[in-house]
Amino acid sequence: MGIEQKLGNMGVVTTTLEKAINWSRTRAMWPLLSGLACCAIEMMAAQAADYDMSRFGMELMRASPRQADLLIVAGRVTRKMAPVLRRLYDQMAEPKWVIAMGDCCSCGGVFNNYAIVPGVDEVMPVDVYVAGCPPRPEGLIHGILTLHERIMADKPTRAAA
Amino acid sequence: MPEAPLEVTVDELRHLVSERALQGDTLVLNMGPQHPSTHGVLRLLLELDGERIVTCVPDIGFLHTGIEKNMEAKSYEKVLVMTDRMDYLNNLGNNLCYCLAIEKLVELDVPPRAQVARVLLTELTRLSSHLLWLGTHALDLAAITVFWYTFREREIVMDIFEMCSGQRMMTSYFRPGGLWRDLPREFEPAVRQFLKIIPDRIDQYEDLLTNNPMYIERTRNVGVISSEQALQIGMTGPPLRATGVPLDMRREQPYSGYEQFDFEIPTATAGDTYARYAVRMQEMRQSVRIVQQALDSMPGGPFRSNNRKFVPPPRAELGHSMEAVIHHFKLWTEGFPAPKGSVYVPVESPRGILGCFLEGDGGPKPYRVHFRTPSFANVQALPMLAKGHLVADVVAILSSLDPILGDIDR
Amino acid sequence: MSHVDTAVASLKSALGPGLSSVEAFRGQTTAVLEASSILPACRTLRDQLEFDLLAALTAVDYWPQEPRFGVVYQLYSLAHRQLLGLKVLLEGQQAELPSITAVYPNANWHEREVFDMFGVKFTGHPDLRRILMPFEWEGHPLRKDYPLGYEEVQFSFNFDEIERRKKYAKE
Repeated sequence: MGIEQKLGNMGVVTTTLEKAINWSRTRAMWPLLSGLACCAIEMMAAQAADYDMSRFGMELMRASPRQADLLIVAGRVTRKMAPVLRRLYDQMAEPKWVIAMGDCCSCGGVFNNYAIVPGVDEVMPVDVYVAGCPPRPEGLIHGILTLHERIMADKPTRAAA
Repeated sequence: MPEAPLEVTVDELRHLVSERALQGDTLVLNMGPQHPSTHGVLRLLLELDGERIVTCVPDIGFLHTGIEKNMEAKSYEKVLVMTDRMDYLNNLGNNLCYCLAIEKLVELDVPPRAQVARVLLTELTRLSSHLLWLGTHALDLAAITVFWYTFREREIVMDIFEMCSGQRMMTSYFRPGGLWRDLPREFEPAVRQFLKIIPDRIDQYEDLLTNNPMYIERTRNVGVISSEQALQIGMTGPPLRATGVPLDMRREQPYSGYEQFDFEIPTATAGDTYARYAVRMQEMRQSVRIVQQALDSMPGGPFRSNNRKFVPPPRAELGHSMEAVIHHFKLWTEGFPAPKGSVYVPVESPRGILGCFLEGDGGPKPYRVHFRTPSFANVQALPMLAKGHLVADVVAILSSLDPILGDIDR
Repeated sequence: MSHVDTAVASLKSALGPGLSSVEAFRGQTTAVLEASSILPACRTLRDQLEFDLLAALTAVDYWPQEPRFGVVYQLYSLAHRQLLGLKVLLEGQQAELPSITAVYPNANWHEREVFDMFGVKFTGHPDLRRILMPFEWEGHPLRKDYPLGYEEVQFSFNFDEIERRKKYAKE
C-alpha cells in the first residue's frame, strides 16, 4: 500500500491519503437493489452462491438509494422508466458510480424501437459498460473489478477540473 | 434528460380510489417501480387506512419494450431471439410457443426427436423458473436461506442450457422445424446427474417451508380467491389450479408430444398463497417425472425438419448442392413466406397460459404477432386479492402470483 | 358436430345478420361479427355454451385497407376443451365497439392495451386509459402508420456524424 514501510514491529503502515480513500471506497461498495429485466436475474445469480459478490464487499444490496454507492442498471430502460432511474440516480449521495450491465442499457441491445432508450448513458453518466445479453455473472464481476481498478487510480483529493 | 413527472392527479384516479382518499381520510402510498419486492418494475398505488389496504391500483408499462412492433420489422426466424426476452425466466417456453405458431401457420413438420427434446428442455425451464420463484418468494418473506439453495440448483440447469445452445438464459434453441442443433453427447449424463440429486433437494425445500409455522402464519388465508372469480378475471396457471380448477394446456390442447407422457396436474382448493406455493412445489416434482420419461424415451433421428423451403440446409451440404445454396441464400436474406391467415396457439408456461396469435400476410415478415401472456391477466387480479390485507401481505400475495414484468409489458 | 360448430350454429340463430361470416384456417374457427353484436354474442357464449375463459383479446391493423382494424377475441371452453375465435372489423375513422367487461371482467386490461396500442375505443369500459405507454404519450404505437422509432446504427463510416448528434447525459 503506497510508500509503505513497516515501522519495525509496531504494526503501522504508511500510505497516501488518496490510496486510503480509494481503498475504503472500493472494499465496501453497496449496490442499489434495483433490477429491471433479464440482466437482473444474472445479477441475482452473481449475488448468489456460485458466483458470490459478497467476496468483493457487496454483501448487501441496499434498497434505499440514499444508502447505496453503486447503481447497476440491469436490464432494458424504457421511456417510461427513464425519469424514475434519473430520480434514483439523483437521490444517491456522492461518491456514486454507475455500471451499465448488459447490451440493452449500453446501446439498446436487441431492440431498436420507440419504447427503449438506446443506452442508459442518455439518462445518466456511466462508468463501466458490461457487454452481454445477459452478461454471465463472471462478466458482471469483471465489470465490478474494472470499476474498482478505475477507482483505485482516481485522484479524489485533487480539485475537480 | 427525460422530464415527465410520474405524479398522478386525483382526477385521474378518482374512479379507482374510494371516497375517503379524496377527503384525505386514507393515505395513498406509492410502492414505486424500484422496490425490493415488486419482482421487477411494477408500480402499485396503495390506498391505506392505517396498515389495511382499501384499494390497490397497479401501474404497469415500465418495461414495455415494443417487442410486438419490432417483430413486424424482421423476418420470422430472426425475431425468434426477441421471444426469449419476454418472459425471461421461461426462455425456451417462449421459443416453443412462437415456433409452434409458425409451424401451425406454414404447416411445417417436426421430427419426433425434436419434439421429445423440446418437452425435456421446456420442463427443465419450468423447473428452473419455479426454483427461482421459490427463492425470491422466500426472500420476500425474509426466509433468505431458500434463496441461496435454489440458485445453486438453478446453476446446474443453466449449465445444461449452456451445453446445448451456448447461452445460459437467452438460448433461442428451438427453431421453426425443430432444434437449432443436435443435443450434445454430454447432455444425457448431465441431465441424469441432475435428476439424481433434484428430488432430494426439493424435499429439503419442503422441509424448510411447508410445515414452518411462521410461513404458514404469513400465507394461510392471505389473498384468497374463489375459482369462479379466478376464471372470470382470467387467472391461469398455478394461481388458478390452487383454487381447484385443473386447467393445464399440456392436457387440454396437447402440443409437441405431451400426450405420450404420464404426469399429474396438481391442484389445491384453498385458493390462498399457501395453496399456490403447494401447487408449485408439486409441479416441480411432476416436471422431474416428465424429464425422466423424456430422457428415457428419447428417439434418434433428425433434429430438424427437412423442408428446405423453411429450414436452412446444414453447412456441409452447401459445398456440393446448388439447391442448398439457393435455399440458404433465400432463407437468410429474405426469409420464408407465410400464407395469409391467423393462428392462435396456447401453451402452458410456468405462470399460466401463454398464447401466441400470429397473423401472416403472404410475406416473409410477421404481419401481427401478439403474445397473450399469463402474468398480464394474473396481476389484473391483484386489487381483488389485496383488499383488506396488510401492506406486508401485499408482498406475499404479489410474489405468490409470480409476475414477471417482461411478460406483462412485453 | 364439435362443440365449436354447435356454438357457431347457435350464434347464427341468435344474431342473424350480426354474424357476417365464419372462417376456418388450420383447424381453428373464427366467427366474424358486427360491432353491435359482440356483447350479445359473448353473453350467449358464456352463459349457454360454456365458453368461460377469455383467452386472448387483441387487434390487428390492416392500414391502408378498409376496414382498418380487426379486433380479435379468443374464447376457451373448459368443459369441451375447444377454442373459438371471434373477430370484429372496424373502420379507421369510427373505431369504437362495446366493451365486454360486463361479461368477462378479464377484458379490462386487454381492452386498455388495445386502446393504448391502436386507439380503438371501447364504450362502457370502466377505466379506459393508457396502460403500457406513459400517460401523456401521443399516438398509438402499434398502428401501421406509426414509425418504428429506431435509431440509426453507428458503423465506422458514419460514426463521427452520429456521435455529434447523440445525446449523452453529462451529469
